Amino acid sequence: MTRSSTIDPSQHASRPQADESAHWHALVDGQLPPAQAQALHEQLLDDEAAQDTMAHWRAQGDRLHALHQDLLHAPVPDMLLAAALRTADRGQQQARWWRWGGMAASVVLAFGLGWTGRSQWPGLAPGLAPGSSMAIRDAAPLAAETPQRFAQQAAVAHAVYQPEVRHPVEVTAAQQDHLVQWLSKRLGRPLKVPALGSLGYELVGGRLLPGDTGVRAQFMYQNSAGQRITLYLGALAPASAGAVRSGLPGPIAPAPGATSPSDTASFQFTQTGPVSGFYWTDAGFGYALSGQLSRPELLSLATAVFQQLNL
Amino acid sequence: MNRTQVVEQLPGLRRYARVLTGEAWAADDLVQDTLERACSKWLLWRTGTDLRAWLFTLMHNLYLNQRRALSSPAPVNIEDVQDQLPGGSGPSDEALDLERCLQRLPPDQRAVLLLVAMEDMSYEDTARILGIPVGTVMSRLSRARTRLRALMDREPTPGLSQAAPAGAPTTGPAPALRRLK
Repeated sequence: MTRSSTIDPSQHASRPQADESAHWHALVDGQLPPAQAQALHEQLLDDEAAQDTMAHWRAQGDRLHALHQDLLHAPVPDMLLAAALRTADRGQQQARWWRWGGMAASVVLAFGLGWTGRSQWPGLAPGLAPGSSMAIRDAAPLAAETPQRFAQQAAVAHAVYQPEVRHPVEVTAAQQDHLVQWLSKRLGRPLKVPALGSLGYELVGGRLLPGDTGVRAQFMYQNSAGQRITLYLGALAPASAGAVRSGLPGPIAPAPGATSPSDTASFQFTQTGPVSGFYWTDAGFGYALSGQLSRPELLSLATAVFQQLNL
Repeated sequence: MNRTQVVEQLPGLRRYARVLTGEAWAADDLVQDTLERACSKWLLWRTGTDLRAWLFTLMHNLYLNQRRALSSPAPVNIEDVQDQLPGGSGPSDEALDLERCLQRLPPDQRAVLLLVAMEDMSYEDTARILGIPVGTVMSRLSRARTRLRALMDREPTPGLSQAAPAGAPTTGPAPALRRLK
């Protein structure tokens, strides 16, 4: 706990009642800087009312401190201990998951982009699944990639490439035509690259990534402050496209003020460590916009992406 | 985050919940709920930030939600129920009086008073935990202390009123103290 003064000393001169009382509280609670506390202490030495009131508050404090001291040394009931251990273990799984995210970077880079990962991921998935309560409550068999798992992979891909200084993308925005042509070919569908300049984000470029059910494209954008967001997209397995309607806990954030997304395109919010994301599916394709932004900021960007893709 | 870090928070959480709720069973339920909430909210906790403050924050949200869910009973005038309050003459009289009076404070004021005066938290941390501005912390603290003092002055303390030496204001609810406001 940090302690510092919250009381503006400059206000003291006027001595209105509320300020005065605030100073007394701060003095009793030891929340004034030493010099100011000393000065106030001396100033109040002859103030009988102040002394009496503060003595009362200190007595209250002493008695509050003494309340149920026994509980600080009593054995903790088993129920609570068990709950605490569950909580701690969950926290550790979370931490492991994040370390694994870092490991994924080296794995992905080492195997190169042609690696589909199909034979490698099942071994990792069980350790991964309990870690993220939101994204992969039902550990997805690879054959039926859920949108949640898609969103989680998008978050990992974001975490992996977002901090890259020298190679954030494979093909830069300078070669945008080539980028779009190339990724459209690999994803088997004509792609559009949303322009987010009106929201302050310029395209950095894009890259190709392996996903559970095929190739994925990642477009990276950056604003003038160096903040990066990534748009991750790719074809979902046919089974999971329907899962959006039936298998999810319900749309979290339909895009307000936007072109209303179709039934299958409700925005879902996901938070994976520091990375927030909105994901949606549309016509068999999954989309996820990830970034370390507040939810409203990210939502306005996701809304813009959605609108442009559906023009 | 490891097991020790969480487990060592338990006694403090239990004590705080005990005084906040005024009931042993409600306190342990509240701690249990807090841990379960933490379990599902780990993603929102940032490693390296103050675990204790975070758990207190979760606990307060739960507590206030529970309070709101219960149809809040009309405030009771202590003078109307004085005769029904359990008396007693043991050494813990004073603590019982204090707990009874604490429960008569509005929950918002009680929380501020306990965080500041019992848990020794800074005004800033208190404000963060309760999600209110520091100015509100100060005004609630002031009201809580004034109200608690008034309640304690009124609370009958049969075992102490005779024994308490006049002129020793720091030793408890001495009825001889003059009221200032």
